Formats: sequence, structure tokens, C-alpha cells
Amino acid sequence: MSTNPSTSTAFDTARAEGRAALVGYLPAGFPSVEGSVEAIKVMVDAGCDVIEIGMPYSDPVMDGPTIQAAAQQALEGGIRTTDLMRVVEAVAATGAPTVVMTYWNPVEHYGGSRRTGRSGVELFAADLASAGGAGLITPDLTPDAGGEWIAAADEHDLDKVFLVAPSSTPERIAMTTAACRGFVYATAVMGVTGARTTTSDLAAPLVARTRETTDLPVGVGLGVSNGDQAAEIASYADGVIVGSAFVRALLDHPDDLPGGLRALRALTEDLAAGVRRA
Amino acid sequence: MSDTQVSRYEADELGFFGEDWGGRFMPEALVAALDELTDAWRDAMADPEFVAAFEKICREYAGAPSLLYHAERLSAQVGARVLLKREDLNHTGAHKIRNVLGQALLTQRMGKPRVIAETGAGQHGVASATAAAYFGLDCTVYMGAVDTRRQALNVARMHLLGAKVIPVESGSATLKDAINEALRDWVASVDQTAYLFGTAAGPHPFPSMVRDFTRGIGDEARQQCLDQYGVLPDAIAACVGGGSNAIGLFAAFLDDDSVEIHGFEPGGDGVETGRHAATIHAGDTGVLHGARTYVLQDEDGQTVESHSISAGLDYPGVGPQHAHLAAIGRATYAPVTDAQAMDALALLSRTEGIIPAIESAHAIHGGLEVARRLGAERGPDATVVINLSGRGDKDMGTAIEWFGLGDPDKVTAEPVGDPDTDPRAEDAEA
Ligand SMILES: Cc1ncc(COP(=O)(O)O)c(C=O)c1O
Repeated sequence: MSTNPSTSTAFDTARAEGRAALVGYLPAGFPSVEGSVEAIKVMVDAGCDVIEIGMPYSDPVMDGPTIQAAAQQALEGGIRTTDLMRVVEAVAATGAPTVVMTYWNPVEHYGGSRRTGRSGVELFAADLASAGGAGLITPDLTPDAGGEWIAAADEHDLDKVFLVAPSSTPERIAMTTAACRGFVYATAVMGVTGARTTTSDLAAPLVARTRETTDLPVGVGLGVSNGDQAAEIASYADGVIVGSAFVRALLDHPDDLPGGLRALRALTEDLAAGVRRA
Repeated sequence: MSDTQVSRYEADELGFFGEDWGGRFMPEALVAALDELTDAWRDAMADPEFVAAFEKICREYAGAPSLLYHAERLSAQVGARVLLKREDLNHTGAHKIRNVLGQALLTQRMGKPRVIAETGAGQHGVASATAAAYFGLDCTVYMGAVDTRRQALNVARMHLLGAKVIPVESGSATLKDAINEALRDWVASVDQTAYLFGTAAGPHPFPSMVRDFTRGIGDEARQQCLDQYGVLPDAIAACVGGGSNAIGLFAAFLDDDSVEIHGFEPGGDGVETGRHAATIHAGDTGVLHGARTYVLQDEDGQTVESHSISAGLDYPGVGPQHAHLAAIGRATYAPVTDAQAMDALALLSRTEGIIPAIESAHAIHGGLEVARRLGAERGPDATVVINLSGRGDKDMGTAIEWFGLGDPDKVTAEPVGDPDTDPRAEDAEA
């Protein structure tokens, strides 16, 4: 049983301050394992309330070119799932609730499940909990296909963050939120990850539909890249989720981690001000 | 045949074959589209008008039923009756036309104006572009950048047929990445777009739906075998990439317990070298492209690149119904190496005057081995149906390289590429 803080505590704190929470994403191992730890610590320091650590995967169907590029760089650098756990441990030590965002297959395969004969899912949940992780966001696992994960997460007291989409029926939204713990991830657009210049008009109605089914906080992601967009989303959502824009800040400074970290800090501060402006 | 017998092999409501295999591991954003497709497909298959329209285009446009041909000289060589299901004679040269015509007809029925498809070698891309032209649909084909370079002729065909071809640079820039990119397109375009999936893999309902559209292969072959020889075959054989031509043949015979079912996977340089695509034989269970199945992957569950001389079989996953049939022992799956397949390609060319696709040559090699064994056990009336899924025109470039053909300065009186010798062994001696 883990005693790690659920992500919902960060949402509660933000709500008490009359603002939305800022949720920041970066893949583990990008630009390197140590570099990703350093970068995420900057994001925490500059105002991210919740951290999502991505596990790079060979076939990321929900990701646009920016996150694909970062994941590919991390995979070429030799990132292993065991490295992910080290990154989680280092980040969770800052006190920021830390969730992992991963495609499903690496979870099933965690720890060489075939060799050990033990379920990778169970072992993943156990190790994530002992690394201080708060839970898992599963972009290609819906609750109706996620029985094994739900059981393992419940056993280890971990957050289960499933996604709702503009195309989700009311029945599916209700089914999804009933299975969530921590928060609900609302995908603002019909599309893959990637910074967009305008916010989506699909997001607010989706948040409203989601709220009808749950008291859990609702975070909105996909496409947010600046403080103004963050402020707009913060006016109707409990959390603003940013990924590609953070990755972009680092990608724009190849072989210059200090420059990348400065850009990351500036972006985080802009976004953190945005969620307080609504 | 009772309903319960049929349902032993059917997927359940969530798309699982035998509880473990298949399903739908997909982003929530696509679930509504997959549900819509599932409903439309079930509805269409229950509508006699749709079924009749599908049969009509298969017959009048694609050339179905394809012949079941008794290869007598080959039969004499192996000591058993070898029957070839001539899908190579279909319009566009392979079984794939059946699947795309079915899916495109369904797209039209659903009122969507645009189709997308992935392709490896370009065969499914060409078939999709063909179906799109036939039905007047807008068509975009995703193809790995490595493959657009390797298969320039098929890119030209797709262009001529009016399709857009988008080279995919991400990942390994091959078939699996083309599927990823097509899925990304689809997430953003589901309202207007149908995804014509190229094989019996992927999330529910694709494995079952693609099987339904290709099962004419087996339905025809079963009836033809009964009509022409008065018996069911002792065994049937097909090559397995994603598994559409194989499941299309197998489906009709699943309840015929006396019929052995054999799938042949691409063994590449040999399974022991690690350079292969023998997913069931040598892979591990996992989730790829929305289904739980066998996957070529590393310890961490990252997909690894597959290798095969045959671009159409070069895929690190496999359709989940095959995984199920393998797990319950109803079908067996064995690898056939590049060299064995190329030998079989030359053998069929020389013995029967039929140049098969390299994919199909895997089935020829494996099917002939089965025929030899059954001939020895049961005598020359032992009957094996081999699915000749496609013709070899598209593979001439590979054949030229493999056999050292086509060099105008080396035209010899004797044909090169003796089917009994491995050209690489000759190279090694020289
Ligand atoms: C002639 C032929 N046979 C077989 C295949 C393999 O696909 P599947 O396993 O889906 O039948 C292909 C794929 O391009 C093909 O062109």
C-alpha cells in the first residue's frame, strides 16, 4: 500500500487558492535520463503542480511530431523502463505528485514478465508505488480493457487516470470517470498531441459533460502552449495539462541543456501565471 | 454446423478471441468510431442487399470466384494432390482486393467521402486506391519512407489511380509506422474518414471484419474441392503476415476437424539469426496496434523491427485470431526462410508456369512440405489446398537481384536461378 500523495491533493490545493492546477509533461530520458530529471525539477520549481513523466514507446499513436521526436531520441539513447522508475523516484522526492503516462505494452512487459512468470502489470504497480509515483495515465487503455491495471492500481493505492474525448458518448464518459482516481484527463481536440495556436471549442463542453458524472478534478490537455491559452482553459477546468510545448522548449536548444532549461523555466512561469489569471 | 460450433472461434462483444486475444487497446477518442464501424459492419453483413452487392463486385470487377487449380506436375513431384487457390488472378493481383472492396462498400454505405490506408510493399495501398477510384472516394495512403523508395512502382500506380501517398519518416519508417500515422490521421478525421485496414489485425472490429471480407477465399475453395474432387482437403496452407489471406482461407475450414490448418510465417534469414518476422513462432504476447497478440518485441515491450525478403509479410505483429488458433492448437504456424521461399518461387515458375508473389511462395514451400508428408502417410490422393495469395509481377526487382537475372550482358542459353541451388551458396563458393 503506498502512502504517496494522490494527484487530487494538488488539485485540492489549487482549488483552495481559487485557481487551476498546472500539469506538466516530459518524457523520461529526454534529452537524457539525468537531463530529464533536471528539466522536470525546473518545471516543479517554476510552478508545475503535478508532473506527468512519459515512458517513451516505439509506437506512440496518440503523439504528434514533437513528442515523437523526443521519445525517439530517448529510445535511441537507450532508455529502459527501469530508468523511468529512477526518474519517477527523483521527481517524486520534490514532493510534487508524479504520475507516469505510458502506452500499455511496456506495462505488461515490465520486469521481463515472460521470464519471471509474474504479471508485469502487478510488478509495475508495486515498483511505481515504491518509487513514490502517484499513478498512471493510460492513453491507449480504456477502463473496459483495463481490468488488470485497475486491480493492480487499487491494490497499490495508485491513481488511475483515464481519458475522455469530444467523441465520447455520455455512457462512456460515465463509465470512464467511475473508473478514474486522482483526476480525469479530457482531451481538448480530436487529434494527437502537439502545440496549437488556438484553443479548442470542443474542450469546454467536454468538461461540462464530464463534470455531470463526477466530482473528480478534470484536467484539459492537447494543444496548450502559452499562458493565455492556459488562462482560458483555467476558466472552466480544474487543471491545464501541457506537454508538447515543454518538449519543444528543449528541442529548440539541441546540445544546450542550460539554454533549454532557461526556456523551460520561462515557459513554466508564463503558464503558471496563466492558470492564476483566470 | 450448429451455432455453438461456429461461436467457438468467434470473437466476443469486446473483440476477444478465446478471452485472451484481440480486444481493443485504443485511445478513447477512436472508440466511438470503432463502435460505429462495428455496428455498421454487423448491420451490413445481416443485410442481404449489402451481401449481394459485395458478391457482385467481387464477381464482376475482381474476378471471383478464383480458380482452384490442380497443379499436376507439382503433385507428381511431392506424391500428393496439390491444389492452388488462384488469388493471383484477381484484379490487382492478390487477395487484398476482396478486403478493400468490402470496406469501401461499407464506407459508401456509412456515407463517408474519404478513405485512408497504410501500406508496406504498396499492395494494400494499390488495392485501396483502386477501390477508392471505383467508388469515387478520396484516398490517402500512408507508406513508410523506406518503402516508398523500395517500391517506387507501386507509388506510381497509386498516383495514377488518383491517391495521395504520404511518406512516413517516423520510427523505423516502415509498415508499422505507416499504421501509426494512419491512426493519427484517423483520430483527427473520423467524422469524414474510414480507415481501410490492410490485414486481419488491429483493434476490434478489424480482425473479424477483414476476415469476413476475405473469407470468400475459403468458402469458394471448400466448395470447389468438394465439387471437383468429392472430398474435403486433408490440409490447407497459407502465408501469414498480418493474416488476412490466411484467415480468409482458414475460416471456412475451422469446424472441419479432419482438415489440418497450416500458417507459414516469414523466417527471414532464419529464426535463430533474430532477423525474421515469425511472430507467432518466435514472438511474445503483447499489445500492438490495438490488439493483444504475438509481437516481436524487446524485454521492455518496445516493438523490434522485423525482417523478411517479402515486404508484405514484414510486420512485427499478427492478427489476433491466428494467435488464438495457435494457442488452442487448431492451426500450426511454422517459419519459412527467405531462401526457401525464393526456391519455391522459382520452382512454381518452372514447374507450373506461375510466378507467385514472394509472400505466397512462403505458403508454396510450407504447403509442399505438408503435401510430401501427407502423401507418404496417406497416398497420392491426399489433398492439400495452398493459397496462392498473389502474383509475382511486383517482386521482379527482388527476383532479379536474388537470382542475378535480367542483366543484358549475361543472357545465357541456360536459365539462371536453378531452383535447387541457393544462389548465396554459389556466391560463397565463387
Ligand atoms: C500477395 C500477398 N500475400 C500475402 C500478403 C500478406 O498479408 P496477409 O497476411 O494479411 O494476407 C500480402 C501483403 O501485402 C500480399 O501482397
